[in-house]
Amino acid sequence: MLLEVKDVSACYDGKEVVSGVNFTLDAGDYLCIVGENGSGKSTLLKIILGLMRHYTGHVHFPMNRKLRVGYLPQQTQVSKDFPASVFETVLSGCVNRRPKLLFYNKSDKALADENLKKLGIFDLKRKAYNELSFGQQRRVLIARALCATDELLVLDEPVNGLDPMTTRELYKLISELNTSGMTIIMISHDIENSVSYANKILHMSTFSAFFGLTEKYIETEYYLSNTRSMRSDIINNG
Amino acid sequence: MAEFFKLFSYLFIWRALIVGFFTSLCAGLLGVNLVLKRYSMIGDGLSHVGFGILSIAVAIGIPPLQTAIPIILLVAFLLLRIRENSKTKGDAAIALISVSALAIGIVSFSLTSGLNSNMSAYMFGSIYTLTNSDLVITVIVACVIIILYILFYVKNFAIAFDQSFAQAAGTKVNVFNLATALMTALIIVVGMRMMGAMLISGLIIFPPLSAIRIFKSYKSVVIASGIISVICFFIGTFASFILSTPTGASVIITNLIAFSTLSLVSLLKTSLLRKARRGV
Repeated sequence: MLLEVKDVSACYDGKEVVSGVNFTLDAGDYLCIVGENGSGKSTLLKIILGLMRHYTGHVHFPMNRKLRVGYLPQQTQVSKDFPASVFETVLSGCVNRRPKLLFYNKSDKALADENLKKLGIFDLKRKAYNELSFGQQRRVLIARALCATDELLVLDEPVNGLDPMTTRELYKLISELNTSGMTIIMISHDIENSVSYANKILHMSTFSAFFGLTEKYIETEYYLSNTRSMRSDIINNG
Repeated sequence: MAEFFKLFSYLFIWRALIVGFFTSLCAGLLGVNLVLKRYSMIGDGLSHVGFGILSIAVAIGIPPLQTAIPIILLVAFLLLRIRENSKTKGDAAIALISVSALAIGIVSFSLTSGLNSNMSAYMFGSIYTLTNSDLVITVIVACVIIILYILFYVKNFAIAFDQSFAQAAGTKVNVFNLATALMTALIIVVGMRMMGAMLISGLIIFPPLSAIRIFKSYKSVVIASGIISVICFFIGTFASFILSTPTGASVIITNLIAFSTLSLVSLLKTSLLRKARRGV
């Protein structure tokens, strides 16, 4: 077991946004967290990442207490004029590879190059981050996340705001990473793609939650009601 | 001109130049992260609080710099807490603390020595008030800051660029943020005598903003900011000797000119690039 989340609840501004979530992940799993807006998906992610301290319940990594996590935030607050080259940004993923070392060494730089190539953005290496397109910026940040981890990648709505073509490529890439052994946790609005790629689903809603294998999930009311409403949308709009 | 060169035979000029070199270099380096993380207000707040502390120290008759350093470190810690805990009210709280400290400083001056040239030296800076012990403290503080800055460089970039990512990767973000705030506080107190409490924050904010206009990578911005800061200091100081204007204000005006020029250059560059692209 790689990660165990047990009875995790959290409040935000006095309102309970995550209530009693339970799930476990094994190495190599691909978990999608789905659910409507405000169901606490991002809050849960922050708790898992250790960015939020105020919660009840347990989050722990049984195999390795100091697991390094590669994180792709939903929106970065990187300002428009932040001076940073693509290479500097990707390399900063190595920031804690060896906490005691204060500078990047050759192997860090080689790793950054390797991940730039993996994401097909090696030719952008010397470009300024803030001059890239949105899709390219996403790729840079995924390359950075890959520099931070060999084990667990946490993605908060990675395809949000991307065009269909880039979205498809990104899903393919994430799936390839998963096949090569990376554990994935992804928040997504896109239930159809979640179901076709992930092997486990956590569906969060205000009153209840579902966690289990994807095969089981597609038989539940959570999934069926969602596809029904989508079909009726199509009928109404068409 | 001969009179200008004659200035260099005075010891106090050399003292001022050395203190100014170290202060402006450190301010230029530290300023990059403060500006990028939207912490400019903290720099301004710290300088006003520094003025308050120094004036009280002068009033009671204790050595100003040695008293101010530990207190300003504490204040830096508090301001950072305020800035991070309450997003909306933090700004107002810092402004309140800063004007209050200023008022306390002015009142304590008027109760003891009166609103005289001594106070004006603290508010607007003076190169004549620097003592040998100021020089020694400045050089020591600046060397410590430069060494720590180089050691923290990698972490500082990761934190400034994306704090939650750095934290998720296991970086102790709070420790490094605090370290930056403390180093800023130190350089502010040390440089305040010369630049003036009202003007020292300009030394922190201007050089990085100028550097950002023309450089696009973090490393080049950091290096350029340090260099611009030092160059502007020397130009401003020499100009102040020739024109007999106050040094601190002259240095800030030089920075303003540098910033405007570089902004103009970057504007022209982008519009030319756009035209060239359209032409092709």
